[in-house]
Amino acid sequence: MIELIAQNPILAALVALVGLSILFGALLGFAAEKFKVVGDPIVEQIDELLPQTQCGQCGFPGCRPYAESIANGDVINKCPPGGQSTINAIANLLDVPAPELDAEHGEESEVKTVAYIREDECIGCTKCIQACPVDAILGAAKLMHTVIADECTGCDLCVEPCPVDCIDMLPVAETITDWKWSIPAKPGQMIATDRRGEVNPAVQNEDAA
Amino acid sequence: MSRTWVTPGGVHPPENKHQSVTLPIGQLPIPEKLVIPLSQHIGAPATPCVEIGQQVLKGQIIAQAVGMVSIPMHAPSSGTISAIEHRPIAHASGMLAPCIEITTDGADTWIEHQGISDYEHISPKKLLEIVGNAGISGMGGAGFPSAVKLNPGRQRPIDTLIVNATECEPYITADDSAIRERAGEIVEGIKILSAILDHPTNIMIGIEDNKPEAIAALAPHVEDSGISVVVFPTKYPSGGEKQLIYILTGKELPAGKLPADEGMVCINIGTTYAIKRAVTDGEPLISRVTTVTGDAVGTPRNYDTLIGTPVRHLLEHNQFDEQAGGRVVMGGPMMGFTLPSADVPIVKTTNCILAPSYAEIPDDEPAQPCIRCGMCAQACPVSLLPQQLFWYAQAEEHERLEAHNLFDCIECGACSYVCPSNIPLVQYYRAAKGDIRQAREEKVKSDHARDRFEFHKERIEQAEREKEAKRAARREATQQAKADHLAATANGSEVSSAAPTAPATPAGAVPSSSAADIIAAAQARAAAKQASPEDQRAKLERTIASAEQRLKMAEEKLTEAINDDSGKQDKLSAAVENTRQKLEQSKSKLAELAE
Repeated sequence: MIELIAQNPILAALVALVGLSILFGALLGFAAEKFKVVGDPIVEQIDELLPQTQCGQCGFPGCRPYAESIANGDVINKCPPGGQSTINAIANLLDVPAPELDAEHGEESEVKTVAYIREDECIGCTKCIQACPVDAILGAAKLMHTVIADECTGCDLCVEPCPVDCIDMLPVAETITDWKWSIPAKPGQMIATDRRGEVNPAVQNEDAA
Repeated sequence: MSRTWVTPGGVHPPENKHQSVTLPIGQLPIPEKLVIPLSQHIGAPATPCVEIGQQVLKGQIIAQAVGMVSIPMHAPSSGTISAIEHRPIAHASGMLAPCIEITTDGADTWIEHQGISDYEHISPKKLLEIVGNAGISGMGGAGFPSAVKLNPGRQRPIDTLIVNATECEPYITADDSAIRERAGEIVEGIKILSAILDHPTNIMIGIEDNKPEAIAALAPHVEDSGISVVVFPTKYPSGGEKQLIYILTGKELPAGKLPADEGMVCINIGTTYAIKRAVTDGEPLISRVTTVTGDAVGTPRNYDTLIGTPVRHLLEHNQFDEQAGGRVVMGGPMMGFTLPSADVPIVKTTNCILAPSYAEIPDDEPAQPCIRCGMCAQACPVSLLPQQLFWYAQAEEHERLEAHNLFDCIECGACSYVCPSNIPLVQYYRAAKGDIRQAREEKVKSDHARDRFEFHKERIEQAEREKEAKRAARREATQQAKADHLAATANGSEVSSAAPTAPATPAGAVPSSSAADIIAAAQARAAAKQASPEDQRAKLERTIASAEQRLKMAEEKLTEAINDDSGKQDKLSAAVENTRQKLEQSKSKLAELAE
């Protein structure tokens, strides 16, 4: 064997290399089949970051289509419900600079809202039920409808179709259980005399003069 | 004396404990109104079981526990329920929470109650039930329902019972004075606890060396009882559950684990007293020892305070000088919070009301920029990196915060205490924790919304598919019928148009598809309907009769219209013509049938 290799070094090297490449090729092929990734993981990841209100303010029918569009190179600042924090998170994920929210698609609201149906005025037309992307409105034709507040994402889509304008978007009131501390004012923003309503003596003198 | 371990970090703030222990525990007159918040503990709020106007006796249950992790509330004194509504409570947010208000009658009449003297012979389960029904929750700070904490339904038996008498925070002396005066009852409470926990081998009372009187008071009671009083050097914070466990056992409790996971139970000494009262005297938890201290009160001391007593009542009976002190703090100077108003009630976890003068605790100096001195890292009892957490909290980098173990922070305030730049570090951590918790909740909600949206889409698509399938089937059926018809006429077979004949399938067109079967079935049904000529005749006769009537009426109307010249004649005459035609058709059919 060794003699044979010694006699035909080029041939032996070729055989060895071809053998190795077949082996590794098979291995790679097997791995590609075995650990195949179904779907586009980047779309999944972007979709995870979007707020899932399914409001369509971005111009896409739901959050996932927008995630797909972002994965295909769309701009990342079309999501008002997510706001700047979502933009930052997506920018972080895609390693791109984070732009400001595009005002064309709406403004970021400070408070979360849920839809509320003024039930006395509801005529039971079912139009809002059809509009709700998360099936959060309960009711039947010619019967009063109501919103399941826990399921409502506050997307607003039910307000427009209502023929009698009986749907309000109410802000979600903060309760004692979900109250949280706020970040204190940044250091260096307050001067000593700001305390207890005292006025800076220099400013006071200026006023007097 | 057993060995103790030393926790990392810690600070030594001025203790200021001596002021409030010069006098024994005092009693206050019963306040006119008691306000009992329904949620004074961790877990589900209790549900009121009384009505406005109802008379209640001292110790009567006024709100029931809901679910597993909850406790009932009892009337702290006798009187009338005067309100069940939202009231300001002791919460840093200053928000309102549901409360029951009792207008006391001053008689302080107890409800009938009875204790058990031989608790040794009672099953732990029954004892736990007593503890649960007495509304006892941890009185050290967090307020976790004691019956849940002591519940033996766990894999590991409890071998170590740690009684927390550390009381490491400055100013507070509630536990100290309670031990001085009630050492015997406290030790009895520990014995009851030991019975509930199936006699753990190791029972320790952890106490700092700045309470020599309390240590001396405990000594005679713990002799030969298997309970050891472990004294260790004073340092803040030693009274945190994890800190105390480390000091006494040298075991570091892993993040996210409970002491019970390591076979330990840690309980506040005030709670042991409450347990003793509940078991041997049958009294629910309706009062606690609360320290009233600070330079702005006349005589700092401890009071046996009824739960629900407004803080104002305590202050008024203690010559509170509102001019000297601007604020009232619930808890100690390190971890307490400034009360939104003095009208909030004392709850089961209120160990101290601190009314400092401006000189004593000045307002916070304005924060300066962080100079990276690292003193906070040296002071941190959990070995975190407070300065890093501070940066990340400012930048709202939640992932980094979690990677730096923000949630292990016990919010003791040692870092803020040593910070030369006066940065309110703990507030940053609290805010960041709140943000992260909120983000987690929102993630759960948005995942749920995604599932619902996907289900919604799927449902709509399926409905659409079903409709489409139906449409396709109908289209195919019509096409098939047309084809059959064409084939039949092409073959020239006699397909009788007369109704009663059976559906004759043309010889040439053998039905092959299911659509053809459907048609055949439909034809058969139609034929069956028409099968009886008698029925048909009757039906036709009825039709003719009604048509005649209609015709008559239409003609009448027509003449009327012509007379009136109302311009409806054209329409009406067309209608009359129509009816007449139908009538004739029916008549001819009848004649056909009669043949």
